[in-house]
Amino acid sequence: MKKVFGKPKSLSDKPFSYCPGCGHSIIHRLTAEVIDELGIQSKCIGVASVGCSVFSDAYFNFDFIQAAHGRAPAVATGVKRVRPDCVVLTHQGDGDLASIGAAEMLHSANRGENITVIFVNNAIYGMTGGQMAPTTLVGMKTTTSPMGRDVKGTGYPVRVCELLRELKGVAYLERTSVDDPKGVIKTRKALKKAFQAQLDGLGFSLVEVVSQCPTGWGMTPVEAVKWLGKDMKAYFPLGLFKDIRAEEPQEVAQ
Amino acid sequence: MAEERRLMKGNEAIAEAAIRAGCRFYAGYPITPQNELTEYMSLKMSEAGGVFVQAESEVAAINMVYGASSTGARVMTSSSGPGISLKQEGISYLCGAELPAFYANIVRGGPGLGNIAPAQSDYFQSVKGGGHGDYRVIVLAPSTGQELVDLTRLGFDLSDKYSNPAMILGDGILGQMMEPVTLPEPVTFDMKTKDDWRLGDSAGRSRHMITSVHLAPGTLEKHNIDLLKKYRKIEEKEVRYEAVGVEDADVVIVAYGTAARIAKSAVAMAKAAGGPKLGLIRPITLWPFPTKFIAEVAADGSKDFLVVEMSLGQMREDVLLSVLGKAKVSLLGRTGGGIPEEEEILEAAKKARASKEAIEVFPEGN
Amino acid sequence: MPEVKVKAERCKGCELCILYCPKKSLCMSPSFNLKGYHYPEFKEPDTCTGCAICGMICPEVALEVYK
Repeated sequence: MKKVFGKPKSLSDKPFSYCPGCGHSIIHRLTAEVIDELGIQSKCIGVASVGCSVFSDAYFNFDFIQAAHGRAPAVATGVKRVRPDCVVLTHQGDGDLASIGAAEMLHSANRGENITVIFVNNAIYGMTGGQMAPTTLVGMKTTTSPMGRDVKGTGYPVRVCELLRELKGVAYLERTSVDDPKGVIKTRKALKKAFQAQLDGLGFSLVEVVSQCPTGWGMTPVEAVKWLGKDMKAYFPLGLFKDIRAEEPQEVAQ
Repeated sequence: MAEERRLMKGNEAIAEAAIRAGCRFYAGYPITPQNELTEYMSLKMSEAGGVFVQAESEVAAINMVYGASSTGARVMTSSSGPGISLKQEGISYLCGAELPAFYANIVRGGPGLGNIAPAQSDYFQSVKGGGHGDYRVIVLAPSTGQELVDLTRLGFDLSDKYSNPAMILGDGILGQMMEPVTLPEPVTFDMKTKDDWRLGDSAGRSRHMITSVHLAPGTLEKHNIDLLKKYRKIEEKEVRYEAVGVEDADVVIVAYGTAARIAKSAVAMAKAAGGPKLGLIRPITLWPFPTKFIAEVAADGSKDFLVVEMSLGQMREDVLLSVLGKAKVSLLGRTGGGIPEEEEILEAAKKARASKEAIEVFPEGN
Repeated sequence: MPEVKVKAERCKGCELCILYCPKKSLCMSPSFNLKGYHYPEFKEPDTCTGCAICGMICPEVALEVYK
């Protein structure tokens, strides 16, 4: 009997401290699988951010640096510019990337920094107890939108892939999900393409993974993946937004 | 490139000195009165084979410096007061993570948007923290073009020696003036000297983690006490100051940077005129502060102190602490871009000596 | 015969493996692990096809698949 599925080498043995059903660790495992497959473990430098993602470094067997909230793309820029031979990745949540880190996200993408940003979009601030995120859906109840998100005071949820795709510095941009096995397989493929874009020196790569936060959403894990499948995907369409290697310009269902 | 003599603007002298000290990463953002530093780097850093980034903000710049430092390179940023305010979180992270980095604050009038004239009102920001948490930054105070060069090199060396940020606290005059300087021979900095902690190439060793977060109970306290032990070592070994005519003085002026340069002229004028009997203590390290030396000078109670600074008395508080109640500490303060003149200093010194209590002198009509 | 090794102590009882097993072969064991979570077990032996979908969806890397 041969092991056909197990823990990848780049992933540490430490049991995850995330909530039951959380998508973060699925994404960690997929990242590690891709890093193993590409054979780049010792070249990788991860940038941990702030949120539930603050724990990311504990789960990987390669060098890591902890960044201030929102600043991971700037930190990654500093690392990659001095060590272009290393593979630099960030792991960020929706508050970290699209709220406090919006400028760093935009400008590192615009400059075409040769880094890979793994963006976990679960439409909530998990670590701090369930506050509204830039990607929180209209009407969604959170601890800072207790009556449901009202566009009058808070605007509409931010669609990061749609925002970034116009920037010339972006080489690869895809939105996937980890709520079901199909999504998990697509996420793994997207992560591999993103890392390959970095290895080929093509510019900025970002994979937005729509992910479940059962605790933040006040649901069981099974309820959460079902809600993601219906409500989140309706607002955040999955698909390839940009790949400069592709022959045809990419369009995603509007 | 060998040692050479050049007429240089202060801002550019810092940049050139940094490159010659082996700095190979600079991230910055435009802000008056330090723009020539950023502009010089935009051309010369790439010529030197290093990396220049005009970041999207001062916040992004300090975080780029944090990331670049983790790879073992010598790294730098620069700004003026409002921009250094933005960098405070990043500076706290650098100290917490024990990363070396060098930066320059070319101080302008504040608070708020203030003006673009020179000031010394970022003393608290530099020496007392500015950012959050228990930490210190090594603060160097040049007062001439040559010191801009020499203290830049010293700043990089001390920063690496103690794995802690170091900064130059300059001002708009120092940044803008042109003086002849001797530039030292360049050094090549070997990143491999930081192999025991720098990131990259983790094959064959346990992985390295650069962080300032310590959540397990007791671990952050232990870490902070380790930082304190480091700071005590720096206080013991790295104090630098200049003393002029202190022994025979009735009034000892304490001043740094541009204010000290003007005070030096006042001391010389007083000497030529046969009085008053003035001396000068010029701290070159503002942290660590020359507390011990000032205490020694104050100990016999015979001297008065006059702090001359371009602020509302920020350094004066440290002089007050240092004299241990043994002497009167008066203040001649100029603020918001005002610059003291020699006559003003002489007048204030006479008044301070004659007064029973310490005095505070601000410009006429205020 | 393919088999799935369940690392019971890593399981947090999210039940996503049960939801997605194509053969509906999994159910929650009546037993608890040390954290107090139920963990998955096979309803009947020898029903596993080794597709590894359970492993792929498991957030805890608690399932190893052998073929």
